[in-house]
Amino acid sequence: MSKKILLQHINVPGINTLETYVSHGGYQSLKKAFSMTPDEVTEEVKKSGLRGRGGAGFPTGMKWSFLDKKTDKPRYLVCNADESEPGTFKDRYLMQNIPHALIEGMIVSSYALGAKTSYIYVRGEMMHVIRILEAAIKDAYRAGYLGNNILGSNYSLDLFVHPGGGAYICGEETALLESLEGNRGNPRNKPPFPAVWGLYGCPTVVNNVETISDVPWIINNGGDAYASIGIGKSTGTKLISACGNINRPGVYEIELGLSVEEFIYSDQYCGGIPNGKKLKAVVAGGSSVPILPADLILKTANGDPRLMSYESLSDGGFVSGTMLGSGGFIVYDEDQCIVRNLWNFSRFYHHESCGQCSPCREGTGWMEKVLHRIENGHGKMSDIDLLVDVAKKIEGKTICPLGEAAAWPVASAIRHFRAEFEEHIKNPDSCCKKHLHSEHALIH
Amino acid sequence: MDKLKITIDNRTIEVPPGTTILQAARMIGENYPPAMCYYTPLKETGGKCRVCLVKVTQSSEANPRPMPKLVASCLTKVENGMVVENETSTEVLEARKGVVEFLLINHPLDCPICDQAGECDLQNLSYKHGTEATRYEEGRREFEKIDIGDNIQLHMTRCILCYRCVYTADQITNSRVHGVLNRGDAAEIGTYIKNAINNDFSGNVIDVCPVGALTDKKYRFSQRVWFSKPFYAHRNCDKCGGEAVVWIKNNDIIRVTSRKDKFGEVIKFICNECRFDHKNMNDWSIENVYELDNDSVINANKYKHVEESPAVNVDAKFVSE
Amino acid sequence: MTILSSNTIQEINNIKSRYPEGREKSALIPALHLAQAEQGWLPVQAMNEVAELLKIQPIEVYEVATFYTMFHIKKVGKYVIEVCRTGPCCNVGAEELIQYMEEKLKIKVGETTEDGLITLKTVECLAACGTGPVLQIGPDYIYQEQITKEKFDQLVEDLKIKGR
Ligand SMILES: Cc1cc2nc3c(=O)[nH]c(=O)nc-3n(C[C@H](O)[C@H](O)[C@H](O)COP(=O)(O)O)c2cc1C
Ligand code: SF4
Ligand code: FES
Ligand code: FES
Repeated sequence: MSKKILLQHINVPGINTLETYVSHGGYQSLKKAFSMTPDEVTEEVKKSGLRGRGGAGFPTGMKWSFLDKKTDKPRYLVCNADESEPGTFKDRYLMQNIPHALIEGMIVSSYALGAKTSYIYVRGEMMHVIRILEAAIKDAYRAGYLGNNILGSNYSLDLFVHPGGGAYICGEETALLESLEGNRGNPRNKPPFPAVWGLYGCPTVVNNVETISDVPWIINNGGDAYASIGIGKSTGTKLISACGNINRPGVYEIELGLSVEEFIYSDQYCGGIPNGKKLKAVVAGGSSVPILPADLILKTANGDPRLMSYESLSDGGFVSGTMLGSGGFIVYDEDQCIVRNLWNFSRFYHHESCGQCSPCREGTGWMEKVLHRIENGHGKMSDIDLLVDVAKKIEGKTICPLGEAAAWPVASAIRHFRAEFEEHIKNPDSCCKKHLHSEHALIH
Repeated sequence: MDKLKITIDNRTIEVPPGTTILQAARMIGENYPPAMCYYTPLKETGGKCRVCLVKVTQSSEANPRPMPKLVASCLTKVENGMVVENETSTEVLEARKGVVEFLLINHPLDCPICDQAGECDLQNLSYKHGTEATRYEEGRREFEKIDIGDNIQLHMTRCILCYRCVYTADQITNSRVHGVLNRGDAAEIGTYIKNAINNDFSGNVIDVCPVGALTDKKYRFSQRVWFSKPFYAHRNCDKCGGEAVVWIKNNDIIRVTSRKDKFGEVIKFICNECRFDHKNMNDWSIENVYELDNDSVINANKYKHVEESPAVNVDAKFVSE
Repeated sequence: MTILSSNTIQEINNIKSRYPEGREKSALIPALHLAQAEQGWLPVQAMNEVAELLKIQPIEVYEVATFYTMFHIKKVGKYVIEVCRTGPCCNVGAEELIQYMEEKLKIKVGETTEDGLITLKTVECLAACGTGPVLQIGPDYIYQEQITKEKFDQLVEDLKIKGR
């Protein structure tokens, strides 16, 4: 059994309630943290090697230490609970089942950062989660974990849940801050980064739900204990949400370093591919990361077993590797059509582009339209290279990484499955048996 | 504060701290990056169109590493010892060509019937940085033309979403009734409900628009820009100071605009009264000929042509300073 | 006379207190959710009232309401079925299901049934990809997972009864 940090008590009946959560060691980290200075708490998080679980994998302790503490402006911690990356559903699972894990993490992390008011930005579609969190926060206030002079300390914190309005882009941290300020979710140009110019122009840290929920364990057990779990610079555990053609879709907490093969085929995790089908491809870290064919997801180009870790998954760079990303693990069996799936993802990015910068606004739509044409039997051979070129002209030219998120799936699918695109163009009817021609309305 | 040294395309200049790469390049004065959204007189503009991307091959003297991606020169501040490639970088030129192509895929390419033709930044940009043939075969986005008030027409199909007009309304006028609606490539400038953009300074949205999306309705039915001749002119105006440019054809003022500098940026915003209500030659003291930006299409060919055979006689009205 | 009820106005005013002085605009998205929950959609008048409550210009509300997909700026049915159309759900049959829904409700995606009961919309990934196909039903945004044709039929029957 691998180590469980977040989901240790997931099966305890009533773990969603404050009482049960507390009776299983919940909110212990507050006392410990308050006996330390905020910088000592940050130091512990640094030692743990914890990396952001929202997708980019940036070292959390380091991010915290960048927070501008020289100004007398208020500082903010904002939790990114916008979870909208296709294939990712771990934050929802955690918040819905153990809401106090996040709240406890928010308190300890806010203390470390010197935040007096913190916000959890939850995507608006998850109204049920918002209701759960709001009720749990009320309970935490009542128990004295939030509000003035928490547990008799000098530290006071107000915590609010803020609903989004339906926009994937608001997961990008500066778009999220704009949205929290009541604006359109247009990402900001960086620099300045939120650590200097964040919410209301004040120093701000934005962290993912899972990242923040890991903090109490680190404080209780020490950064070194956390760092001893996992492999190399991929310390600790990671929630992986697995879906697609597998026997056991769901959210799994894995120790980083588990082999991809074991994750896919072990009955403890995905349980293999249903109906005796063969594995065709995997998108390992949410829709934005490069897709890999079966052989490359199981083994790196050097023939080493591929592991579930930041380093191993990105081994080979864009030529033969991918990324751990958000941990949204999407499995495709041999019957799945790469072209259709890519068109679907391209439609997603086209739909979700904020429209501010020209390469993303225009390029995502262009790619979607060309892919739609190919998928529907009107492709030309030159379209394949056109797609590669358009993707290249978006990548790295945009305000925010949605540009890359839209470009990478296209570039990687064509890199690894070019023949399938050619086949679609040469033989429009032979590939995909489930052509459905219904055009689904875009926005509104 | 000490000046900062920056080298752009092998030319070195010293600039005050806070200067952006684009401003530094403009100070050098030649081959500076184009800018379709950034606008010096308006705060918060820039960063959106991405035509001004440049390559920073050395971040600063202290940090000689290159920046990992191309950066928007309009927003990136100069560091001491920074080295930048603009037109000397094929990567930059390729990227710029890409951006121009993106800006054009949903643009109607109706220059022959567009009022802005001859003074359109997009036309100038694609002339310099674009490719000849388009690779785009899909449908183009289209919108109906709408009147937003008596004076201004919005032709959204041509808009490149630079947001300049939005910032103008926020910063130059006392209320804003138009903005950016919807998102992605469905985003559009609009008022949402039928509304008139109408307050003392609202006409300036016409001058800041880099394309022909916001136009002067009263001028629209007149002639091509190169058949008229612009002059510096002034009148007594409490609201804006009345320093403008009047465009004259056959001894008639056919439109009034703000004065712009050689980068196409308004020097001083004018009020709606000056712009829309004073079209009589007697309303203005007319000064010398207004010089146009060097790389504009008007200057490149058409306008010169007109100048050589002046059709207007304005000497009578010439007022020397 | 306002069209927003005094209750909703009170709630919006309460929400303002979550944000610092001068940052009332932060309450805009929560306020639009409240206005929509009450009105069923966001008529211009409701948006103007929200603008007034938050001391912002009406256009700022329109800009935001049209950016986010959850806000209905056109009238919708009493219930809004929003079904996920993104990759992982399609891998487990969402596309076929959406087609079935259109046939069953005799409307296209984006339309409302003749009796005004149900609007069918497609949305992007709802963060429930492990239990797809997924839909949610507004105005309460209740998730329904592992949808089959039979389950969908039942949901529609339930809405018909509930909506009476
Ligand atoms: C288009 C886009 C969407 C994103 N969506 C999310 C998201 O839904 N949740 C999340 O935690 N991070 C998301 N991110 C990453 C955030 O920008 C940011 O890196 C993260 O919240 C930082 O937290 P972490 O360091 O704890 O991971 C997204 C980034 C981009 C570019
Ligand atoms: S990359 Fe796309 S989503 Fe990001 S700022 Fe540009 S248009 Fe918006
Ligand atoms: S001018 Fe710099 S991005 Fe538009
Ligand atoms: S793809 Fe449908 S919920 Fe994620």
